[in-house]
Amino acid sequence: MTAMLQMHGISKVYGSGPTEVHALEGVDLSVERGELVAIMGPSGSGKSTLLTIAGSLEEPTSGEVMIDGSELSGMSDDERARLRRRSVGYVFQHFNLLPGLTAAENVALPLELDGIPAEQARASALETVHSLGLTDRADHYPDDLSGGERQRVAIGRAVVGNRRLVLADEPSGALDSVNGESVMRLLRETCRGGVAGVVVTHDSQLAAWADRVLFLRDGRMVDQTLPVPGAESLLADGYQE
Amino acid sequence: MSIRHALLALLSEEPKFGLRLQQEFENRTGEVWPLNVGQVYTTLQRLERDGLVESDESQGPQKDFTITQAGLDELVSWLRSPPPSDIPPRDELVIKVLVAVQVPGVNVRDIIQAHRRHLIETMQRFTHLKAGSDESDIGLALVLDAELFRLEGVVRWLDAADTRLGSRPQNDTSREKRATQQRSEVTS
Repeated sequence: MTAMLQMHGISKVYGSGPTEVHALEGVDLSVERGELVAIMGPSGSGKSTLLTIAGSLEEPTSGEVMIDGSELSGMSDDERARLRRRSVGYVFQHFNLLPGLTAAENVALPLELDGIPAEQARASALETVHSLGLTDRADHYPDDLSGGERQRVAIGRAVVGNRRLVLADEPSGALDSVNGESVMRLLRETCRGGVAGVVVTHDSQLAAWADRVLFLRDGRMVDQTLPVPGAESLLADGYQE
Repeated sequence: MSIRHALLALLSEEPKFGLRLQQEFENRTGEVWPLNVGQVYTTLQRLERDGLVESDESQGPQKDFTITQAGLDELVSWLRSPPPSDIPPRDELVIKVLVAVQVPGVNVRDIIQAHRRHLIETMQRFTHLKAGSDESDIGLALVLDAELFRLEGVVRWLDAADTRLGSRPQNDTSREKRATQQRSEVTS
């Protein structure tokens, strides 16, 4: 099976000459459908840049990005924009919901931007809102929602309409740890439904929800975790007492 | 974990017998801390000797234990008292990183990364256990949270160490000498 997201030899250089900054150097990343991958690194390690390149919001200086088997560099701007609207969902640290739209309207937005008729977009949005346990909040405005509810709406907007790749940058933002946990639980469930997910974070508790954790340092991928064994391994590991 | 106080807590609800105490202990700690029934009986004998519980006259496995007033006082006092801690903590990981800084040919930041990865792998196992568990299992959630916050604290210490070591000037021996000199002045 082809990975949903494939990145090969990605480098990104900002500026030139003596002020040149190498944000990323030769990074490879491959994420399958159904898989949630976390990228950890300190600030300035290049993790947010990697995410914007994965989502085709920014172009790499060199290297190639393939989403669902299509290479981004070979596409026209229009084709890339369509791919972003249809296949890729983004979750940002500060949620970025539009304050003048209700929860359901925020979720429906990417579908409407993609030319889907308003009524059909609303029906899909309500289905997504329902699956997030926010049915009775569908017609509330972001100001009337709690932080945790707003982030659920933001995740809804990222996954509505069968998006296949979800990219999240510090998705629990300023949420407390229990609400942050529900955000990660939701992302994990979304991925289990056949979506490929990438989360960048410096928070180890969030990263621990992922199937794989990759470590970025000074623009290079330096390490990654081994596959997670079953829970019974915890008992064999000295946790009896 | 004090088995003694855990048993007093379980008995503060109502009189119970040994096997039931063992099962309730495991259920409420999310089965992360298995406890064998032998430990339960040994602990109950000591609690009875100290006047913190009483048993009824019956013999065998159905023998009920009841908490005494002295037992209740002891339980409340234990809940309020801070747990014992070593100051400073003799943490093997801290020692390894401190030693790695001194050993020639060892890249301390690689050592830090190896430990960071190992800790995150352990955190993943706990988190995946949480992901697969019933959200209403409060006992398990509390126990897993405690482990995860503890491990997160260690990871954050490694991150801080990494940042400090990363901003350290390389091979600045004059600075090292100065620091050694200052230290000897302080200690003399």
